[in-house]
Amino acid sequence: MAWDRNQMAARAAQELQDGWYVNLGIGIPTLVSNYIPEGITVTLQSENGMLGMGPFPYEGDEDADLINAGKQTITELPHTSYFDSAQSFAMIRGGKIAMAILGAMEVAENGDLANWMIPGKLVKGMGGAMDLVAGVGRVVVVMDHANKHGESKVLKECTLPLTGKGVVDRIITNMGVLDVVDGGLRIVECADGVTEAELRAATQATLVD
Amino acid sequence: MKKVYGSATEALEGLLHDGMLIAAGGFGLSGIPELLIDGIVASGVKDLTVASNNAGVDDFGLGKLLATRQIRKMMSSYVGENAEFMRQYLSGELELEFNPQGTLAERMRAGGAGIPGFYTKTGVGTVIADGKEVKTFDGQDYILERGIFADLAIVKAWKADETGNAVFRKTARNFNPPAAMCGKICVMEVEEIVPTGSLEGDAIHLPGIYVHRLIQGPHEKRIEQRTTRKRESA
Repeated sequence: MAWDRNQMAARAAQELQDGWYVNLGIGIPTLVSNYIPEGITVTLQSENGMLGMGPFPYEGDEDADLINAGKQTITELPHTSYFDSAQSFAMIRGGKIAMAILGAMEVAENGDLANWMIPGKLVKGMGGAMDLVAGVGRVVVVMDHANKHGESKVLKECTLPLTGKGVVDRIITNMGVLDVVDGGLRIVECADGVTEAELRAATQATLVD
Repeated sequence: MKKVYGSATEALEGLLHDGMLIAAGGFGLSGIPELLIDGIVASGVKDLTVASNNAGVDDFGLGKLLATRQIRKMMSSYVGENAEFMRQYLSGELELEFNPQGTLAERMRAGGAGIPGFYTKTGVGTVIADGKEVKTFDGQDYILERGIFADLAIVKAWKADETGNAVFRKTARNFNPPAAMCGKICVMEVEEIVPTGSLEGDAIHLPGIYVHRLIQGPHEKRIEQRTTRKRESA
């Protein structure tokens, strides 16, 4: 037992605070928008130049001029604003975006993040990930605790090329929630049906109290 | 001075040479200068370096210039969804310089603003920082990135007046304004050229000073990822 993709997204949505401007990455982080808590208003940024991202359009309403950073057709909201890419990353680098929720290949106990490249495999590029992790107020990673070989993705040190150094604040996996603190990671909570012993055993990184 | 030209080929006349650096607007296939890309394909100019966030898809956008092998080097942040790009890159025929997306946008903006370099925390401690000057400000490390000064900018807007004052539509704005700024010459394509005076001066996204030549559509405006939701039944 552990959290599934939707439960991980729902848990990540609990990180949101009223009034925040937030950037959601591709994959599970995108699902977070389905679980924004009642009574909380957050504005989603899409780094290709939009604040106030709405849901997918109805069939027939797709607009080639209205896409998100994953190049998917989307819609606007009453408070939407548009701007160019330099302006978009000015607000990211300038710390105006309160939080980014991103996927990852590896996270290390010092907050190092690797999520853009596997040497020797096809390299697609980092897109806006390096700017986001360097600039936003808080970086939350949502990912599976282990890779498809069953090896921990929560490591003492990243083995893959970094997206950012010491940038991650909190890790949400299918097994639980961990914070990056002095000396290593601290367990915040265990996922439903996961014991602390199981979480510890599945984690390569140093855990501190 | 007349800025309006009859076609992409006419608007590019005298501006193209082998080995030049071209900055292109667009994100994915949204807001790309598709007519000017076709014009550059037709010109046969080669050994191009192209600064553009993405590289199009195999049969559209900058993918067409890759198919004809006219591009020697790309400066981009993300180049997925393009099999021919990967083939040329892995075989060593095509050079690729990855830039973080915000760094690429700021490099264009800076070049256009006369700023040859700037310090950013993006990429500190990663391979992007390799070979770049690191400077510490107030206890935090930053790396030096260079402004881009392109020989030519090719961009796409929604509407412009005859003096090149331009308005973009929704997220098709993206890299177009910074790309336009960093070109020694900027050629812009629009869906509609409107009479001078018909656009509100307060609502201009890119002033005509950055736009030297102008052509009008039609545009295909292809959608890369068509995502929709079902209408709730009444």
